[in-house]
Amino acid sequence: MISNKRTGDIPGTVIFDGNRAIQGYALNKMCFSFNSGENREAYLRDEESYCKKFNLTEQQREALKHRNVLELLEAGGNIYYLAKWAGIFGINVQQMGAQQRGVTEEQFKEMLVRAGGD
Amino acid sequence: MAQIIGGVATSHIPAIGKAIARGCQNDPSWKAFFDGYKPVHAWLDEVRPDVAVVLYNDHGLNFFLDKMPTFAVGAAPQYINADEGWGLPVSAPYPGDPHFSWHLIDSLVNDEFDITMCQEMLVDHAFTVPMSLLWPKSGSRPVTTIPVAINTVQFPLPSPSRCHKLGKAIGRAIESYDEDLRVVVVATGGLSHQLDGTRAGFINKKFDLMCLQRIVSDPEALAQYSARDLVRDAGAQGVELLMWFAMRGAMTGKVTERHHSYHVPISNTAAAVMVLENQTHWSDKWLDQSLIHQV
Repeated sequence: MISNKRTGDIPGTVIFDGNRAIQGYALNKMCFSFNSGENREAYLRDEESYCKKFNLTEQQREALKHRNVLELLEAGGNIYYLAKWAGIFGINVQQMGAQQRGVTEEQFKEMLVRAGGD
Repeated sequence: MAQIIGGVATSHIPAIGKAIARGCQNDPSWKAFFDGYKPVHAWLDEVRPDVAVVLYNDHGLNFFLDKMPTFAVGAAPQYINADEGWGLPVSAPYPGDPHFSWHLIDSLVNDEFDITMCQEMLVDHAFTVPMSLLWPKSGSRPVTTIPVAINTVQFPLPSPSRCHKLGKAIGRAIESYDEDLRVVVVATGGLSHQLDGTRAGFINKKFDLMCLQRIVSDPEALAQYSARDLVRDAGAQGVELLMWFAMRGAMTGKVTERHHSYHVPISNTAAAVMVLENQTHWSDKWLDQSLIHQV
């Protein structure tokens, strides 16, 4: 995990700083391309060829294969662009949240409702 | 002269846009949330703005990491929405006011806010969802718009204090525009939420309620928080409070809170809406009141 040298660590939280910008540029650039429906379809048709166009690192390609958000963040992904990638598979932000927390979607939603009652 | 009639701050969660598209406003799970906008509609009907200056954050529709402005001002004849990749229906374009935009740009740069100027600017859900919430009649465009984008994607982010000062400069710019226009300043985003990391789903109701109070009563003190403090206390995306600071800065006169509502959760987010009325010496109400006091 790269540290947030300039901003200090907040547990469980990504500060998307310059280090991450450097590390994640290729991955984020690919995810940004998914604003286009044509590109989303091309990715679904042939993920590997699509990734090749963006010079992703091995770590980034593996994280994509695993459909694992925490791994993608660790590989320099920015959540706003990753959300476009997740949209290709119909994964919404609550499902992404549940995956990162290691809980079911229902448990994640219950946790959110509880936060309103505190 | 143009007159700032007030400010509205509202969440811009994509799920709201989806609920509107599906016509779910009266469903049991949504009704309480949408009812929170009825007082906003009543206020807008009362004050009848001509122009909305919309302070929002782009989520990777118009701006990418290749060129990321801290502050960007739209100067387009219209603002186009487009596919963001995860299924929100695309809205019809929103009319701009390029001459007003260029006045705003001239004034801000003269005031040492060296913003990015955009004659084309795609606007994402952070612009379109609030427009649909404030003016829900489908496809209606009762106001012209000037979008102002604030970077919340790439650190370093501008500080709350800097955003508050930007808002003050926007206020000065609006009030020095030589057209009789009624302007509402809209801030979009927040309140507490976090989409990424093992703290995903973080909501901080106590902090939100404190912010809802102090953004009205003591914004200067609240603006002493750093952007990192906001991430810590409001969550990674709760940093969207930056737009609320800017809106509050643009309220140049006597500020009265007309409404707020708070609703947890909408999707992963603590949702809120707030209406601030801004009474200046130009304002009819202000004049009426001072007459009453003299009597």
